[in-house]
Amino acid sequence: MEKVIDFLSFQDPTVRLVVAGTVLLSISAAVVGCFAYLRKRALVGDALAHSLLPGVAMAFLFSGQKDPWLLLLGAMISGWLALGAMELIQQHTKLASETSIALVLSVFFGFGVLLLTYLQHHGGGDQAGLDQFLFGNAASMRSSDLYAYGLVGMVLLVMIGAFYKELKLYCFDPDHAEAIGLPTRILRYLLNTMTVLATAIGIQSVGVVLMAALLITPAATARFWSYRLRTMLFLAALGGAVAGLGGSFASYLAPAMPTGPWIVMVLSFLALVSIFLAPRVGIFARMWRQRQNQRKIIRENLLKAFYHGLENKEAQHAWLSRPEWQEQRHLPEWEWQIGFRQLRRRRWVLRRSGRYRLTERGLAEARRVVRLHRLWELYLSRYLALGKDHLHPGAESIEHLITPEVEKELLRELDYPEQDPHRSPIPYKS
Amino acid sequence: MSANKEAAPALEVHNLTATYDRQPVLWDIDFSLPEGSLAGILGPNGSGKTTLLRNIMGLMQPDSGYVRLLGQDLAKVRAQVSYVPQRESVDWNFPVSVSEVVAMGRYGPGKLLRRLRRQDRDIIEEAMERTGILPLAHRHISQLSGGQQQRVFIARALAQQAQIYLMDEPFVGVDAATEEAILNLLGEMKNRGHTVIMVHHDLQTAQDFFDQAVLLQTRLVAAGPVETVLNKENLQQAYGGRLNVLSKVGQLAAEKQFPLREKAFRERKKPAHGESD
Amino acid sequence: MTIEGLYIIIAAMLIAASSALVGSFLILRKMSMMGDAISHAVLPGIVFAFLLSGSRAGLPMLLGAAATGVLASLLIELLYRKAQLPQDASIGITFTWLFALGVIFISSYTGQVDLDQECVLYGEIALVPLDWLYTGAGSAIAPRAIVYGVVLLLVVGVYLLLGYRGLLITSFQNDFAAALGISTAFWHFSFMSLVSVTTVLSFETVGAILILAFLVVPPATAYLMTQRLRVMLVWAVFWGLLAAVEGYFLARWIDGSIAGAMASVAGLNFMGVALVKQVLKRKKRATAFHTAAVK
Repeated sequence: MEKVIDFLSFQDPTVRLVVAGTVLLSISAAVVGCFAYLRKRALVGDALAHSLLPGVAMAFLFSGQKDPWLLLLGAMISGWLALGAMELIQQHTKLASETSIALVLSVFFGFGVLLLTYLQHHGGGDQAGLDQFLFGNAASMRSSDLYAYGLVGMVLLVMIGAFYKELKLYCFDPDHAEAIGLPTRILRYLLNTMTVLATAIGIQSVGVVLMAALLITPAATARFWSYRLRTMLFLAALGGAVAGLGGSFASYLAPAMPTGPWIVMVLSFLALVSIFLAPRVGIFARMWRQRQNQRKIIRENLLKAFYHGLENKEAQHAWLSRPEWQEQRHLPEWEWQIGFRQLRRRRWVLRRSGRYRLTERGLAEARRVVRLHRLWELYLSRYLALGKDHLHPGAESIEHLITPEVEKELLRELDYPEQDPHRSPIPYKS
Repeated sequence: MSANKEAAPALEVHNLTATYDRQPVLWDIDFSLPEGSLAGILGPNGSGKTTLLRNIMGLMQPDSGYVRLLGQDLAKVRAQVSYVPQRESVDWNFPVSVSEVVAMGRYGPGKLLRRLRRQDRDIIEEAMERTGILPLAHRHISQLSGGQQQRVFIARALAQQAQIYLMDEPFVGVDAATEEAILNLLGEMKNRGHTVIMVHHDLQTAQDFFDQAVLLQTRLVAAGPVETVLNKENLQQAYGGRLNVLSKVGQLAAEKQFPLREKAFRERKKPAHGESD
Repeated sequence: MTIEGLYIIIAAMLIAASSALVGSFLILRKMSMMGDAISHAVLPGIVFAFLLSGSRAGLPMLLGAAATGVLASLLIELLYRKAQLPQDASIGITFTWLFALGVIFISSYTGQVDLDQECVLYGEIALVPLDWLYTGAGSAIAPRAIVYGVVLLLVVGVYLLLGYRGLLITSFQNDFAAALGISTAFWHFSFMSLVSVTTVLSFETVGAILILAFLVVPPATAYLMTQRLRVMLVWAVFWGLLAAVEGYFLARWIDGSIAGAMASVAGLNFMGVALVKQVLKRKKRATAFHTAAVK
């Protein structure tokens, strides 16, 4: 507990630095990842992250030290080589683009592992620190590293701000961007460079293996909450920041633990929560909407049944007994229960000694549903080449869906008809 | 075969509604085609022609309604039905030869484990001969022209020895010779009493090719003998744009996740006894 | 070459041959990245198997772990269909999550699990000669990795012998197979199980990521060379075996990771074949142009 307070108070300057650094790295990777995600190139980011390993190892091999700028340079070179290799394979062979991604990913990573193990067996200096590129270790970053990577992260964010409009256009519709004269080639290079850079600095905190999560998961999570790019970028950045915080906290509690997996766990948790809870597209929201739809259907079916009962008796405002009502429509008992409760709650129905009557509002509603049903049957028979005996099922359900605006249009199109195809009168407001 | 079965139409589509991404693509389609007919499924782009074919073949679950082939469920008569998908639906670089693709017509559930019998081989060869690709039997499929690729698919369908043939745009991108060959085959099939139903987009030729037509525009505009279907008024309806109200209701359903049918009226397998209204 | 070296090469060759066969269908089905995802996702299953069964997991345990891989492919399907995420994002989210879980398990139970973080990534093929399986009576049978390799090759061989047609038709045209009444779901999931078993049984030897090199690179090389599936399978096995042998000697020579070296040379082999292919194409085009000009 003490450690939690220690951590959260940010008293310790090294803690402050590590947290700030990790959060910044995660933010810039998450934001850049959004563009890769929107371009449907999420897995290219994964391949790219794996492909940086040989570059990082090479930089170390030649310089013999862990200079952040050299490592970045190495990463850039091998990232570009990997991108080039993927492109060449896609252009000149019949292999699927997916295969080329897997191929480049595994071969580059294999080569990186070979170099890394070679260094471990031969290298001097602090080669032990190279392992951290596999799974990331925020706590082991030195302040000089942090300044360098942080600077790159800032530059990335500024670049996105500066070219926001162009990038947005290019990601959503590259053909259109090309057509209106944007330099799409340059934009593509810019985005690729940004992805390489973001990946190169991101691997400091999550490592190459799990880097894909930092690019993909925040973007996918943010997409659940907003369809606007600006909001999406902001939310992805927020997700990245929270994950970076979580990761550095784990790293602080157990310095031997790799940071990457913890960052990924936080990101995945956020994604899971969003999948269920997001408004509109979340699973719960969708389930709720379906429930509401179902209740509406039941409620209105009861009203319609009542109306049919009234039509049989040819007396408006009359009272129906429960059996008289129920014989109009075969519904399971539980639907009657639910529907009845809803009608009562809305005060659309009155009960007196076992007999029922619709209120003014209830009757108007019932009339509306029956009217829509009959209008839709008429529409189907007129425009969908359906026989009379096929009309009814299609009108069920749709009668519950049509809004007043569509009803108006329907009426106009059918020219305010008097009767449906079965010659039942279409009830208008009396 | 009972008298009842003989009377059954080759294809019966009953109140079929299908959605894609919750947007209705086919709306209450209801028609039937007699056995031995050569039928074209016609309509503008995006009118649901291919979707209808996929629903008939059971490759898509309809939201409601059902399909009968030869008076039966597809599962019961699958061996009698053969399917020719669109040419673009496969990767033509896939490492197989012409005869291997045609041989797939002889595969089927329960037949995957055993080797092909001599009888199967004979059928495969005959199918290739009838479509004029026997000389190409050992070619790799990527070395074929568009027309030849189409013939491979048709040969594969012939190898199934079915009663009903469902084809998705077999005339797209083929040369004149292939078109001729396919037309001859169609005539042959018709003479044998087989039923051919094909998605077709060219109205000019439809009149000559088919005896039955199904005109689609998300909804069914008309179905029946080709000369009654392809009249000016129907074509105007099919190609004159979508129905305003219908597409609005479709959008509403997608937005509100509203089912297009209530559960009791989905009529998956057997027609529910709907109440008269 | 020492007898230890021979054991290592044999173990690698067994894995390479099986993965080449499985991988050929993997790339034909355009599911290489699914293979990548599965090879990562089996980690928590493996760690769990280790934790339950003590230091060394038995074969049944490992096959249980393979279920994690199938589970991952189900999860990806679920994210794609129910949560309506794009396919690639579903893959990315699923495998990183499961792999992270596995790594956390490993680092939390360091004492109890005989796996470490590096081994997870590139295996411990160098330890093959040190780890033997014994009979109940205590006499040595063979190095464990070799036994696993033989089991794997048998499983893959039997599956492909029985399932060749089913796999062929569903890979070539899934819709047509479904129209024939063939259960495409059965073939999809049985094949995913096979990929899963392959990764689990090779895991300790070559690790999660380098198994992808064995699955994808030799078949991709073979795919460039031929247009017949059976020939492609033979070539894929050949390139796999070659990479295993070359890789071993390269690693010995420069003293580095054996599995890493195998992946690297597999890549070089691919590059070589692709280049030759390219040159031949140029030449052919040039001759065609020449003859056309002469005419």
